[in-house]
Amino acid sequence: MIDTNAYIGGYPFRHIPHPEPAMLARVLEREGLDGAWVGHLPSAFYRDPAPGNDELFAALAPHPTLRPAPCIRPDWPDWQRTLASAIDRGAPAIRVYPPQWGLGADDASMRSLCSACGEAGVTLVFTARFEDLRQRHGMDQAGDLSAAAVRAVARGNDRTRIVVCSAGRGTIEEVHWGLTPAERDFVFWDISWIWGPPEDELALLLRTMGADRFVYGTAWPLRLAQTPRANLALLPDELKNVKLADPSSW
Amino acid sequence: MAGSAPLAGPGPLIDVHAHFFFEGCGRTEWDALNKARFRAGERIGISIHVASILGSWGRFSPTYFASPADTTRGNDAMQAIAEQHPDRVRWYVAVNPNDTAFALEEIDRRVAAGAIGVKLAAARRADDTLLDPIAERAAEGGLPILHHIWQHRRRHWPGQDASDGADLARLAVRHPKASFILAHIGGGGDYRHTFAAVRDIPNLYLDLSGSGVDRGMLDDAYAAVGAKRLLWGADITLCTGLAKLWALELIGLTTEELEDVRWGNAARIFRRIPTPDR
Repeated sequence: MIDTNAYIGGYPFRHIPHPEPAMLARVLEREGLDGAWVGHLPSAFYRDPAPGNDELFAALAPHPTLRPAPCIRPDWPDWQRTLASAIDRGAPAIRVYPPQWGLGADDASMRSLCSACGEAGVTLVFTARFEDLRQRHGMDQAGDLSAAAVRAVARGNDRTRIVVCSAGRGTIEEVHWGLTPAERDFVFWDISWIWGPPEDELALLLRTMGADRFVYGTAWPLRLAQTPRANLALLPDELKNVKLADPSSW
Repeated sequence: MAGSAPLAGPGPLIDVHAHFFFEGCGRTEWDALNKARFRAGERIGISIHVASILGSWGRFSPTYFASPADTTRGNDAMQAIAEQHPDRVRWYVAVNPNDTAFALEEIDRRVAAGAIGVKLAAARRADDTLLDPIAERAAEGGLPILHHIWQHRRRHWPGQDASDGADLARLAVRHPKASFILAHIGGGGDYRHTFAAVRDIPNLYLDLSGSGVDRGMLDDAYAAVGAKRLLWGADITLCTGLAKLWALELIGLTTEELEDVRWGNAARIFRRIPTPDR
């Protein structure tokens, strides 16, 4: 199992204790994970993420279990070249941050990027949020990724795997049940921000949507990496043996 | 999974911030929620849930502005649950300080019936003098006050007169003989503001509960107030509570300090709580 929701690098709105890749590698080992799709956290807030991508590839090079998931901004000139370069350098997934870039739910460029990712055989990864809405810095005005933005990309998609990280039950259900069965087959959700007992929202979603719609994610270094493990450990008995989708085989 | 080792490891564990629900309250799935708390509590290894019910949870009056009738209704239900589960449930009497005379009578009545603490939510700001008689009564009776807190209140939030750490600190300074539990440092807002506000208030304790699991939050809480003023709790997300217990084992607490956070501090400030069996 791999962590689809991991980062290196600092966060602009608060201090993070251990954003370095060596610590991430140790955390993954401690949590019993085989590796991670790793994003470069500062790049989410850069206008042009290209320099951050270079930093990401360089920083992860000594760590074979940490797979770079660089960032492609589809409203940026010549993004196709950046995508091709990322794929040439071995990226299994591409990260996007439409709210941070001011891209609305109907932005056509995101659909173009989604299609290009499918052609190249890489996964498109959204991040619903980095922090709880109630603690945002006054300058952090981007807001959460909307369900509409995910639906707009997922509708009509028949080739590209889409992973949405750090979403909660409301967004997940609004997207999932707003897609056709064929479209749903390409959308996956990391479990890092889904509530466990007593609300038991993870259990509910596993029952209603199926475990194969969900992937493992921690949101490290922003959040405690133990959280998804705790959530799985507290599932009701009949769900104890559920198997999440495993992106390492994609 | 009965009989399997507790996920949080052996030893006593007190959740100082739990909630239950009841038939007719604002949550139609009340029974499933209660059962899920007990189920997860058994898996984690929670020895005692110290719980409260906030009125009717919004059905007949707002959760954070409960009417006297709703306050009574919620405390009745909480008392009944505690009486059904004397082995694992203790409880706070929840009151709305705006109905001051009623609140004081309710505290006296419920303490006589077994309540071991007072729950204040968000019907009045924590530093309002209206809370003084309640704090005095709590100090006299050895009743810790669990106070709902928004970590760094920068504006009004709908549905509550939220207080923050600085507000509660002012109340705690006025009542040095009372013990105050600042609710859910992971429950929303900027916890680092809270840590700075309460660092030097010895009768103010931090409850670790809430859905927030920011990396660094526990380290900073420990650095700010020390292990003697941290209390473990889960509130409405037991999964994050378990994750925090696992994380506490990695951030530098000694074995004795971990025991303090898990149960020792709670057993010390709740005079009416039995020391759990080891």
